[in-house]
Amino acid sequence: MPDTMPSPPPRGSKTAKMHMAGIPAGLWQKCPKCNALLYVKELERNLRVCHNCHHHFRLSPEERIAQLTDGDSFVEIDAGMSSANPLDFPDYEHKLALDREKTGREEAFIYGDATLDGIPIVFGLADFNFRAGSMGSVVGEKVTRALERGAELGHPVIFVTASGGARMQEGIISLMQMAKTAAASERLKAAGQLYIVIMTDNTTAGVLASFASLGDVIIAEPGALIGFAGPRVIEQNLKVKLPPGTHTAEFQLAHGMVDMVATRRDLRGIVSKLLTYLSPASFAPEPIDKVLAAAASQRE
Amino acid sequence: MATISPSRWLPFEKPLQEIEEQIKLLEEYTASHGIDRSERIAELHTRHDGLSRQIFSNLSPWDKTMMARHPNRPYTLDYVKLIFDDFIELHGDRRFGDDAAIVAGVARLDGQTVMLIGHQKGRDVKERQFRNFGSARPEGYRKAMRVMELAERSGVPVISFVDTPAAEARLEAEERGISESIAASMALMSRLRTPIYVVIIGEGGSGGAIGIAVGDHIAMLEHSIYSVIPPEGCAAILDTFGRDGSRGHEAAQALKLTAEDNLRLGIVDEVITEPLGGAHRNLLETATLIKSSIQSVLPGLQALPADVLLAQRYAKFRRIGTFHEA
Repeated sequence: MPDTMPSPPPRGSKTAKMHMAGIPAGLWQKCPKCNALLYVKELERNLRVCHNCHHHFRLSPEERIAQLTDGDSFVEIDAGMSSANPLDFPDYEHKLALDREKTGREEAFIYGDATLDGIPIVFGLADFNFRAGSMGSVVGEKVTRALERGAELGHPVIFVTASGGARMQEGIISLMQMAKTAAASERLKAAGQLYIVIMTDNTTAGVLASFASLGDVIIAEPGALIGFAGPRVIEQNLKVKLPPGTHTAEFQLAHGMVDMVATRRDLRGIVSKLLTYLSPASFAPEPIDKVLAAAASQRE
Repeated sequence: MATISPSRWLPFEKPLQEIEEQIKLLEEYTASHGIDRSERIAELHTRHDGLSRQIFSNLSPWDKTMMARHPNRPYTLDYVKLIFDDFIELHGDRRFGDDAAIVAGVARLDGQTVMLIGHQKGRDVKERQFRNFGSARPEGYRKAMRVMELAERSGVPVISFVDTPAAEARLEAEERGISESIAASMALMSRLRTPIYVVIIGEGGSGGAIGIAVGDHIAMLEHSIYSVIPPEGCAAILDTFGRDGSRGHEAAQALKLTAEDNLRLGIVDEVITEPLGGAHRNLLETATLIKSSIQSVLPGLQALPADVLLAQRYAKFRRIGTFHEA
């Protein structure tokens, strides 16, 4: 701990409450799980994991890229791709505009080329702050392009998922992104490439039930909410009471749905080893349009 | 004109109900009093037909949702009996159990073998529970995958009937990997080297539906729905509808879930027109229409080399999505 670190106000004191209300100069942050007051600089050094209870805070896309790729190696692709309103859904454009302003991004998924310990990869990740990372046309298209790029270049694909599921406002088109991304995952595998998925808080519904669950290796962050339908939704809709601890990373590990629950500190090392040990076979698939063009010319 | 029990009339069918009840009374009167009221009865039939045409060509998305869930609506096995010969049902996923919400098996169509999969709902209280209301569990998708792989090896086409409110979300389904089973089934269907014909006959409900709906030709019955979420669920979670589940009719409108909308959006390839008043009014005719659709589509798909079939199937889903490039 650096000696410049100011001491936190005593817990429960008037000062603490006052400080909490204002969070003085962004120096201190309260852990939402154990309520410990954390020194922000220290929290950042600890990859935004609580020292006290090991709660994993959500990372910004920039922090995630910095953690899992080599410095400055990440080159984003299709950053400007943005949503239309294909169903003319009420309120949708307004909500998109709000989230664009909030995040400074066009959409909820980011992908590009990068290296990890010198190994070229295609890296993709969700921004949960944009429409809860939900998958509509843009997210579906970017996920698909990333997987296809991995197949074409012969690079492994690494995704960090966080999503509430399908984007309601794009209706049936969102549902079709599940099929589209599942098919693209198969294409990557058919090309002999490695596909690693890192599930973070939270990964649910349409994203979990499509490309996220198709990773060759699936790593979950501790405590992440992972499930088809969230526990609250189940309790409300099905009028049942769930035991504690369901729909978590640990629950999914116990039921064989993920390979491991890894703390953030270990994550990069594990991914790096997997990339090194599971070297790709690279089958170089025939491009789809080429197959279709060949078939068309045959018919003529 | 089939008679349906009074409790099963949908709100927009009320005017028809009145006419049908009048006809029934007149017929009874004729029988018991020996007075011929056939002229009046014929007149009522004509009125009924005209009114039916008017009502059923103007159904709102919410009305269509009601139609898709109509308690008398034919289910997968009702059609299977009428369309195919010699259906041999296959059970179980060889991993955990047999899910009665998805049926699977081999059958014959015009002297050739086909592999059938489909959601199955129940007709009465007991069967509804047995079929889990058509909400499939992981075992259902894994059973479907098992028979689809068999179809691929046997070189026979797959025909999939879609009719589910949603996949099962309860804890048991979560524990056994409902998400993974849906994802894996879609993945398998995207690379299955044999033609896949899909028809949505009632509710095309979300992940539960797309889990067995990746194919080369997607047909949809006129009064069925295909949606990312049930309209009531959508209304309940979006502040656009005040997070009020009772505003499902508004969400139904916004979601574009009708067959017509799905055709226009390029999600389905064909809408099969239902008999006047809906599939349940004339099961045989509906079955015949589905059969004709299968018969007209399958030969073309079977003629394609497997690589081309797969490339086309990939491209079919690949192109779905509307966005702005930078």
